[in-house]
Amino acid sequence: MLGRLSWAAIPLDQPLPLYAMGAVGIVILVVLGIVTVKGWWPYLWREWITSVDHKRIGVMYVILGLVMLLRGYSDAIMMRTQQAIAVGDAQGYLPPDHYNQIFSAHGTIMIFFVAMPLVIGLMNFVVPLQLGVRDVAFPTLNSVSFWLTASGALLVNVSLVIGSFSRASWWGYPPLSELAFSPDEGVDYYLWPLQISGIGTLFTGINFVTTILKLRAPGMTYMRMPVFCWTALATSMLIVAVFPVLTATFVMLLLDRYLGMHFFTNDLGGNQMMYVNLFWAWGHPEVYILILPAFGVYSEVAATFSGKGLFSYRTMVWATLGICVLSMMVWLHHFFTMGAGADVNSVFGIMSSIIAVPTGAKVFNWLFTMFRGRIVFTTPVLFLIGFMITFVLGGLTGVLLAVPPVDFVLHNSAFLVAHFHHVIIGGVVFGALAGINYWFPKAFGFTLDDRWGKASFWCWLIGFYLAFTPLYVLGMMGMTRRLQHIPDPSWQPLLLVAELGAIVIFLAVLCQIMQLYVSIRNREVRRDLTGDPWNGRTLEWATSSPPPAYNFAVLPRVETIDAFWQMKRRGLPAVEPSYEPIEMPRNSPIGIVNAFFATITGFTLIWHIWWIVIIGLLAIAVGILVFGWSENREREISASEIARLERARLALGRAT
Amino acid sequence: MHDWRYATPDASLGPASGVGQGPRSSGLLRWLLACAAVFVCSCSQQGVLDPQGPIASAQLLLLLNSTAIMLVVVIPVILATLGFAWWYRSSNARASRSTDEGYEGRTEFVLWSIPTLIVILLGGVIWISSHQLDPRAPISTNGNPLRVEVVALDWKWLFIYPDQGIAAVNQLVIPTTTPVSFRLTSATVMNSFFVPQLGSQIYTMGGMTTHLNLLADAPGEYPGFSAMFSGDGFSEMRFIAKAVPAGDFDSWVAKVRGSGSALDLPAYAELAKPSKAVPPKTYRSVEPKLFDRIVEQTVSGPRGPTSAAWSSPARQTGG
Repeated sequence: MLGRLSWAAIPLDQPLPLYAMGAVGIVILVVLGIVTVKGWWPYLWREWITSVDHKRIGVMYVILGLVMLLRGYSDAIMMRTQQAIAVGDAQGYLPPDHYNQIFSAHGTIMIFFVAMPLVIGLMNFVVPLQLGVRDVAFPTLNSVSFWLTASGALLVNVSLVIGSFSRASWWGYPPLSELAFSPDEGVDYYLWPLQISGIGTLFTGINFVTTILKLRAPGMTYMRMPVFCWTALATSMLIVAVFPVLTATFVMLLLDRYLGMHFFTNDLGGNQMMYVNLFWAWGHPEVYILILPAFGVYSEVAATFSGKGLFSYRTMVWATLGICVLSMMVWLHHFFTMGAGADVNSVFGIMSSIIAVPTGAKVFNWLFTMFRGRIVFTTPVLFLIGFMITFVLGGLTGVLLAVPPVDFVLHNSAFLVAHFHHVIIGGVVFGALAGINYWFPKAFGFTLDDRWGKASFWCWLIGFYLAFTPLYVLGMMGMTRRLQHIPDPSWQPLLLVAELGAIVIFLAVLCQIMQLYVSIRNREVRRDLTGDPWNGRTLEWATSSPPPAYNFAVLPRVETIDAFWQMKRRGLPAVEPSYEPIEMPRNSPIGIVNAFFATITGFTLIWHIWWIVIIGLLAIAVGILVFGWSENREREISASEIARLERARLALGRAT
Repeated sequence: MHDWRYATPDASLGPASGVGQGPRSSGLLRWLLACAAVFVCSCSQQGVLDPQGPIASAQLLLLLNSTAIMLVVVIPVILATLGFAWWYRSSNARASRSTDEGYEGRTEFVLWSIPTLIVILLGGVIWISSHQLDPRAPISTNGNPLRVEVVALDWKWLFIYPDQGIAAVNQLVIPTTTPVSFRLTSATVMNSFFVPQLGSQIYTMGGMTTHLNLLADAPGEYPGFSAMFSGDGFSEMRFIAKAVPAGDFDSWVAKVRGSGSALDLPAYAELAKPSKAVPPKTYRSVEPKLFDRIVEQTVSGPRGPTSAAWSSPARQTGG
């Protein structure tokens, strides 16, 4: 009746996860209680949960990413603490069984449910505004995408309470992830959530490729698009190209696990090397899926806060597209040590270092954007400068690892761990935080507190170097990754420094929470009524903050790059335009309904409860059909309504 | 050009862009210096930093050379970033300003050339070093190499000396200045065989063999381990690679031959069962062709008897 699910799945014998979950459960109950008591449910349902507005969806993505960052961080601090104390004779407080789940969950959550939602959230919020349009190409699909991602995140976290998570690391290499070596539900808790959220991500990719290629304001040719839109386009194309590879690879592993097939087993002709190749054929482009939009954020921040145009826009565009193509040709550098010949290894090594050329050109262009500029040191600019320094160092260690014989001695070491945290924290996380600080006033109509923001930046930067520089040294001293127990006591001082760094990063997170709290408390003082708090250059600053549901009452006409900057230079005629009615998509519950049944289906697949699986799949199909046949999916906002809203807005702007 | 947006006054003014702050580069530098000081104190010469053979030495040299090549660009970029950010801060009255992007084709050409030249140089380094330090390439010295067959088990290492007819667990004894030619496989999940002080690591995979050639210059005990996560006993899947003078090696072989038990099929089946933190052990004799049979999966594996009535032909990785 309930498949493999039984009371034994609840880890009553392990107090630690239960206490943690108890605490999280209480927080969730309190939040839900407040929402219920205050009567916010109808508002949340109407304005957020069923919203198909790209701005709302973008905000929800970012919130999801930040909440999951807390989960991923608690995994990180647990690992650091275990490695700092489990030295020599001491075994620490986490047995291998538990430790292995924690590092597997840390990687999975940080990549799929922190970095991806942050990046996609920013894309969602910004791209249609920058393109000067009213929404993405498929607004309802956008809502479906978000809720599928949330469903995956929820399922991964369910494994804390019911059953256990994968112990086969975030890449799940077979044969360790095969039934013979991981017979319990752990690997299934890894595979199914990623399948569900992977479908959502693929939809996002399709949505944004279509939006950017087909929906742009009149006059916005490709070479007038803001650089962030270019990076979003490159990322979306990569998503469309490689996420199906991941999905197919996981399908094969699932067939091995559920139907006893032999795609990747040791025996009967299975080939584990194929999984490794396929995984990284997705995995390497994935790195660029994350970093390219961050490059876009840095470009916007550099230009805006230097008060001048981006140095060599054209180069930025071509470098972005070059990285996009090259990123799919380097996957083998993740396993030089698998025994391919010298020719293969050196070709992939050279390809990998070639990526440093367009990336290096980008760094120089940011540098020359600052040159002769008027740099205002806001929080996003600090993140930009912190990024440029951190990223060239991370790039250096990356090119080192691209030299195959060097990789032979550093592969899978703490050096490698330090390298990719260098580029992911220094690149993607700093970029996301810069973007959040930069676009927050556009989303909510008031700016974020700069003092707490800067405190958070310094804690991030210092904490990052304290946490990861020791790992470079430890890697060269012969420390491999994923050790539950440290054999060499002479490594302990450096591990303690790394632990200290992790604590400083926690201070950074606290500063960010304080920044939000202080800013919300002082929001009336911090209100931005101009819609353009930074003297921006691109179209998102041409509308009010927060923008109306339709973004632009009249679609802007674009004649140059940095369209809004040009408009401001030319001056603003005081004639009110004639408004026309606007058709907008209606809100739809299909996203959350779909994700609800996807969650149930995923959960029952993990536990082999087949009858509920069938019901869940049928419900999803029915939901899609009902939505597909429904009419009346648009609503019209009348011209007089728009005129009323716009006049109110302009009157506010004048009052300042 | 009747855009509604034009009706908003003072949009061109933007924020008051006067009050900027310095990038506080001195604070950052202080921190970096403090970190460096900690490392110098606590970092001892071991692992990759203390090579004990020609492969490892060449790899460390390559690591240092490649770092030096890249620092030529990286250090100026970091200094320029800090310098530009500081000098062009909005509060600096002496800085000259420009509001247009200041694009110039010649600058652009130089900017692309710098990373391109570095990568061309590094590309040559990569091509040559990859061929010279190919794990499969024999090390050219006088004298025949010692052959060792390596099997990764849950969670220990089995070393078979086919020419000597002996075997050892979690203990690799090799003669100095003699090249060692490894054939490697796994009887379980993927692992990676690695002795940092001797150089290159290589994966071990079930049903396949990989090849590795190493050489130890000086006698000593060098830690080795699995560098690919392989499950619960992974952290303790360590061994000592003990390099001894050639004469001592012969006497070690003679001693092993004269003591301990034989590694026949039942003993192997017992050994292959998962176990953690296994102390070193030797076997006076080895079942003939044991390594090949493990690759072909015609002996019982670590998780019960083999299911393979039909087994794939043994593959070699790469070309």
